[in-house]
Amino acid sequence: MNEFFAMGGYAAYVWPAYALAALVLLGLLAATWKGLRDAETTLKALESARPARRRPRNAGRASLNGSADNSAGSPAEASEG
Amino acid sequence: MHRFANPARFLRLSAALLPWCAGATVILTILGLWLSLFGSPPDYQQGETVRIMYIHVPAAWMSMFVYTNMAAAAAAGLVWKHPLADLFAKAAAPIGAGFTFVCLVTGSLWGAPMWGTWWVWDARLTSVLILFFLYLGYMALVNAFDDPQRGTKAGNILLLVGIVNVPIIKFSVDWWNTLHQPASVVRMGGPAIDASMLAPLLVMAAAFTAYFLSVVILRLRTEIALRKIQTLRLAVAGDGMRG
Repeated sequence: MNEFFAMGGYAAYVWPAYALAALVLLGLLAATWKGLRDAETTLKALESARPARRRPRNAGRASLNGSADNSAGSPAEASEG
Repeated sequence: MHRFANPARFLRLSAALLPWCAGATVILTILGLWLSLFGSPPDYQQGETVRIMYIHVPAAWMSMFVYTNMAAAAAAGLVWKHPLADLFAKAAAPIGAGFTFVCLVTGSLWGAPMWGTWWVWDARLTSVLILFFLYLGYMALVNAFDDPQRGTKAGNILLLVGIVNVPIIKFSVDWWNTLHQPASVVRMGGPAIDASMLAPLLVMAAAFTAYFLSVVILRLRTEIALRKIQTLRLAVAGDGMRG
């Protein structure tokens, strides 16, 4: 087993190469995961704070946002030509 | 292709694909590491350092593969204004930069014992370093504008100009004298490498590709969510102005 870790005398070059690859790929995955969680949390908070947007015109009368802004749909929904 | 450019459809499709990509990443990585470290022999000239190749070469392939995909998406984004094409390039850039960084550092770690130097300013190494800077430049550029649309447009143009670097990387070892060895897998006349070493190389490349697909799906979901957040914030600001 020691012979395996010694890598024929090249342990100082082989293992850092594998360790760096693992570090970069796992670090990127962790950062990506955190970014996704943060964005989804923010999106949910914004959507629940402004529910009138997705309802029919008269359903949101009680809310401050009311009906006037229903025409201002999101470009993301309208962009598929 | 237009069918898949719709964000809502993409989100449904990606939710179905993600478990398969993630599962493939785990299985292929375990298999690839086993083949790289146990299932393949030491090289007759380079000894055990040849095992660095199983990280270095797949990372190098990925650095060019990701960039080429980003440039294709940039062209689609500029010509057809696909909403997802712009987001794809933005989502893929950090992954491509990561692979390029791994390629450069593992190459250095391999060069030190085998060439007797960590770095030479030859065409291959320099053009890969330029690729790394193209990734970093793109990432800085898309975020440098207040209007994200202008940022992605400028970034897309940079990606298209930078694509000239990819064939230079690929053929640099044939066009110029270098310490770097020539291609031994993707070359005219087939691979000039033993099957016992080709297997870990290809499995690791497949593992890196599956990793890229998994992470780029997650990053695309993030970008779509951020776009929605921006739209909602603008709408809220609009409400405020209407009073």
